[in-house]
Amino acid sequence: MTQSRFRWKTARDWLWPFALGLAAAGVWLWWRGAHEHSAVLGVAFLTAVLAAFAGNRAWQQHLIEAETPAVPDPLPEVAREMFERLPDPVLLLDESRRAVFANAAMRAVVGADYSRKPLSVLLREPSIQQAVETVSPGEIPATIEFATPVPIERHFQAYVSRSALAPLTIVLLHDLTAIKRTEQMRADFVANASHELRTPLAAVSGFIDTLRGHARDDEQAREQFLGIMSVEAQRMRRLIEDLLSLTRIELNEHVPPSAKVDLEPVVRSAAAALAPLAQSENVTLEISVEQDLPSVVGDSDELTQLFQNLIHNAIKYGRSGGHVRVSLAAKDGMVSVAVRDEGEGIPREAIPRLTERFYRVDVKRSREKGGTGLGLAIVKHIVNRHNGRLQIESEAGVGSTFTVILPAFSKAGAAVTEVL
Amino acid sequence: MTEHTVRAFGEKLEALTTSVAQVGGLAEAQLADALEAISRRDTAKAEAVIASDRRIDQLQYQIEDQALKLLALRQPMAVDLRETLAALKMASELERIGDLAKNIAKRAIVLNREQPIRLTQSLARMGRQVLAQLKQVLDAYARRDAASAQAVWKQDGEIDEIYNSLFRELLTYMMEDPRTIGLCTHLLFVAKNIERAGDHCTNVAETVYHMVSGDHLAPDRPKADVTSETSVPYGHQ
Repeated sequence: MTQSRFRWKTARDWLWPFALGLAAAGVWLWWRGAHEHSAVLGVAFLTAVLAAFAGNRAWQQHLIEAETPAVPDPLPEVAREMFERLPDPVLLLDESRRAVFANAAMRAVVGADYSRKPLSVLLREPSIQQAVETVSPGEIPATIEFATPVPIERHFQAYVSRSALAPLTIVLLHDLTAIKRTEQMRADFVANASHELRTPLAAVSGFIDTLRGHARDDEQAREQFLGIMSVEAQRMRRLIEDLLSLTRIELNEHVPPSAKVDLEPVVRSAAAALAPLAQSENVTLEISVEQDLPSVVGDSDELTQLFQNLIHNAIKYGRSGGHVRVSLAAKDGMVSVAVRDEGEGIPREAIPRLTERFYRVDVKRSREKGGTGLGLAIVKHIVNRHNGRLQIESEAGVGSTFTVILPAFSKAGAAVTEVL
Repeated sequence: MTEHTVRAFGEKLEALTTSVAQVGGLAEAQLADALEAISRRDTAKAEAVIASDRRIDQLQYQIEDQALKLLALRQPMAVDLRETLAALKMASELERIGDLAKNIAKRAIVLNREQPIRLTQSLARMGRQVLAQLKQVLDAYARRDAASAQAVWKQDGEIDEIYNSLFRELLTYMMEDPRTIGLCTHLLFVAKNIERAGDHCTNVAETVYHMVSGDHLAPDRPKADVTSETSVPYGHQ
């Protein structure tokens, strides 16, 4: 590239001496009397002069590439540094819609090699192009929303504004993915909850029709059907109760509890409430408590529900004739309650999803056991509100352990809570 | 882009690339919107897709003019020539993808008038796959990445696989319940359009590969579309 430019320049530089040479030769030939030869040289001379003139003419200058002009840095160092620190992607474009600056967050989107590239190469989204083309200097900025469906669905809001002081356009992206996903989850939740309620409702209304119809006088069938209807009605009631308590807990989730609660009586009362179930499932409940167990900060009603859900699950999914062991221990200012069953265990890939609403490892089995699919979701929300942690460990064929770790009650902590 | 002695030439070539990237962005958005118009039953969006197809057409004409001028006035050589030709070819391929999106949008309007039917999961999956291909190949064009273009070219087999199973699924639906024939036929065409869009992506991938490397990809692309030989016997459930 440089070489050809060099040659082109050299040729141009030699045109003037060449023309002078031609002129001298022409004059000499004229003097010698060779008029025809001298005329030919005269024409050549004129051509060379014209070419030399044309070579120097200003309009051709832009065709010859000069050194790439250094792009004047439109941003002071401080502004550059501050933009760099923004969590949202920022892109600055010049008049010809080429990138002059991208902060770190934007470089993660468009790549490190962005400088002087046109916008349409960096961000192909047509609505951004259009906004950048139409927004006028100093006027109201344009706000657009767009989504990138692949490879992972993401939603962005783009904010496009043009400076009134400098020929610069700023494109700011704001990630809306989390918000959109929450909306989607809400919609899914309504759909799931309705679906969960519809199944038992369909059974109940089906049996009502049958009892009104051909089973009207069948004593034995009536007893059997009423039994099933009662089970289904209870299932609906449980589901609605769970939904309501989930809503209640969620409503309070950002308000930390402040009462001092002793966990031992809470766990014992939860276990006592489930003793009949344990007996009918032929499961032995064992509770072991470490000595001098500190109290925790909590809401005793919610904690009771939490341990009831965990122990209930352990009895339901444990081995018939086996043990459910609940052990309370303290460590590093935390109190842990582990509920261990001897069931068949939970597949590894299912563990991260266990606390999702209506997620079931085995749909059929959960239905048989009368689960609502909300138990562990409630547990997770209660643990969150108590600023605690839930650990789930499981080994196939050996059993599963659900451990709740809650912060112990301390005078200092209580004082802070009161001040706040 | 490499530097050119004549700066105006470099600028014209870059303007051409920019226009192609714009058409690419439009085609991407049109296809995504058309698929969303189907999955969300959004008639307004479908109408917007149909209306903005003209922008792609206009841009395509613009690219043709730009490329012709470049060829006539500058006589580009080697990679510049390939780039100019690639712009011409890509513009027409991408314009076709835009047309297919428009057709999908038209069918979406018809489908939205009918009872909502549970859209087969495979249709959404196929759409996503084609969108991913299109994005990858346009990224490859922007970055001049021959390896990435070749990867897209190889992946088309997956789309064909989904199309085959979708084809069978829809045939079976129609046999089970003749009332769904109208809807399923539209869905079948939608699936065909998506599959065609995938084929155009493959062509774009070939063009990008040729533009960057100067070589052609092997003529026998992995193909797996067997629907032209598929039949489902009546009574098959």
